[in-house]
Amino acid sequence: MFSFEPGTFLFEAWDARYQLMAGLAVTAQLSVLTIVSGSIAGMIGGIGLTYGPWPIRFLLRVYVDAVRGIPVLVLILFSYYGLALFGIQISAFTAGVVALGGFCAAHMSETVRGSLESIPAGQTEAAKAIGLRFGQRLRYVLLPQAIRRLLPPWVNTAVEMVKGTTLLSIIGVVELLLATQQTIARNYLILQFYFAAGMLYVLVNFTISQLGALLERRTAHLRY
Amino acid sequence: MAQAEPLLRAIDVHKKFGDVEVLKGIDIDVHKGEVLAIIGSSGSGKTTFLRCINLLEEFHQGEIQVDGERIGYTAGTHKRLGEAAIAAQRARIGMVFQSFNLFPHMTAEQNVTLGLVKVQGRKKEEAVEIARRWLDRVGLTERRDHYPYQLSGGQQQRVAIARAVAMEPKLVLFDEVTSALDPELVAEVLAVVQDLAKSGMTMLIVSHEMSFVRAVSTRVVFMEQGRIAEQGPPEELFTQPKSERLAAFIGRFAGRAH
Ligand SMILES: Nc1ncnc2c1ncn2[C@@H]1O[C@H](COP(=O)(O)OP(=O)(O)OP(=O)(O)O)[C@@H](O)[C@H]1O
Ligand SMILES: [Mg+2]
Repeated sequence: MFSFEPGTFLFEAWDARYQLMAGLAVTAQLSVLTIVSGSIAGMIGGIGLTYGPWPIRFLLRVYVDAVRGIPVLVLILFSYYGLALFGIQISAFTAGVVALGGFCAAHMSETVRGSLESIPAGQTEAAKAIGLRFGQRLRYVLLPQAIRRLLPPWVNTAVEMVKGTTLLSIIGVVELLLATQQTIARNYLILQFYFAAGMLYVLVNFTISQLGALLERRTAHLRY
Repeated sequence: MAQAEPLLRAIDVHKKFGDVEVLKGIDIDVHKGEVLAIIGSSGSGKTTFLRCINLLEEFHQGEIQVDGERIGYTAGTHKRLGEAAIAAQRARIGMVFQSFNLFPHMTAEQNVTLGLVKVQGRKKEEAVEIARRWLDRVGLTERRDHYPYQLSGGQQQRVAIARAVAMEPKLVLFDEVTSALDPELVAEVLAVVQDLAKSGMTMLIVSHEMSFVRAVSTRVVFMEQGRIAEQGPPEELFTQPKSERLAAFIGRFAGRAH
C-alpha cells in the first residue's frame, strides 16, 4: 500500500520537498505582505472614506470602486507589464504584492468604512462632548468598536488574498501553485499533487480563520 | 439677578436645517449657579439649542459666550474655530444625552476616566480616584467595573452623568435624560440631577418631567417654534402662565405622574 518507489506519490513528494516548501514559503510571504500592507492601507483608506474632506473621499471612492470592479488578474497583469511601459521595472514578486496589496486595500477600505459608519452617531457626540479631538475619538472610541465589527469580513478578505496569490503563477512567481505545477511536469502525478497543494491552502486558510475566531472570542465580552 | 458677567450668554442665535429655521433668535443669560429648565413642545428647538451650546451643531447667525469667551467661532467673525480649540471649549461644557451614549467597550470607571486622562492630562491614579468619587456620588460604587451592557438604563445614565460632571465643567447640559428610561428608573436619575443642582452646579435642563422641573429649577424657559416665548421663576410660570400656549402646554402635563 505505502510503496516508496519512484513514481509513487510519497516518493515524488519527498523528492520535491524543498521545491514545494520553497513555494509554500513564497505563498506565505506574499500573503503576509499583501494582507498586512493592504490592511494598513485599508484602515487609512476607510478612515478617509468616512471622515475625509470631499476631494479625498471622492478620490478614494474612485479608487475603491475601480479596483473592486477590475478582475484581480487584470490588476496583476497591469502592475507587471503595465508599469514596465511607464519605465517602472519591478520584479514579478513585487508586482504581485502591489496588485494584491492594492486589491486588499480597496476591500479593506470599504469594510472599515462600513464598520465605522455602523457605530451610532451618539458615540462620536459623547466623545466630542468630553473634549476629545478627532484623532483621540478614533483611537479611544471609534476604532476599538469598529475592530470588532471588522473581524469577520477581515478574515474573509485575508482568505481571498491567500487564494489570490495563486494568480501570480501566471507572471512567473514560483509560489506554491507554480512550484506544484513544476513538480507535476516531472512526475505527471497531476491529481495527487494538485490535491496536496489544495490541502496546504486549506490548512493556511483554516489557520487564518481560527485566528479570527480566537480574536472574536477575545472581544466577545464587548457585547454591543 | 443683577450679577456681573453671565456664565452663558446667547445673543440672537439662529439655526437652520436646510431652509427650515429651527432657532429664530435665542437670547438668554444664565448666571453661575442657576438651574435653568427648558420646556416646550416637541420640535420647538430645545435639543438644537443645547447642541449649539456644545458645538455639536453649527449655527449661522448670532453668538454664544461661555464665561465671556465666544464659543465655536473666532471673535468678530463667523469663522469656525479649529478642531483643537473647539475640543478645548467642549471640555469645559458637560453634556448628558437622552440615549446615555456610554462607550460600550469600557467599564463604568473607564468611561469616566477617559476624558480626565486624555483631555485633562491627569495621571491615571488621580483620574481613577476622581471617577470613584463621582461613581460613589451617583450611587454606583459597586458597579464601577461593569460594562454598560451589564447595567440598567438608569445606572447607565448615572454613569453618563458622572462622566460629564467629573470633568468639572462650568456648565452641564441635560437633554431629556430620563425619556429613554423605563418609568421605574426615572426617579433614581432625577434624584442624582437634583443632588447636583443643590450643590450649586450651573445647569441647563431640557425635560418633560414637569414636577421635577418645578422642584429643581431656579428659572424656567418656555420655548415655542424656535423662540423663547416666556420665562420666569418656576412657581410663577406654572401658576400664572401669561400666554395661552404655555397654559395649554402646562395643562397637558397636569395630572401626569411626573
Ligand atoms: N439633523 C436635523 N436635520 C433636519 N432637521 C432637524 C435636525 N434636527 C432637528 N431638526 C428639526 O428641528 C426642529 C427642532 O428639533 P429639536 O430636536 O431641537 O426639538 P426639541 O424641542 O428638542 O423636541 P423634542 O421635545 O421632541 O426633543 C424639529 O422640527 C426637527 O425636526
Ligand atoms: Mg429634544
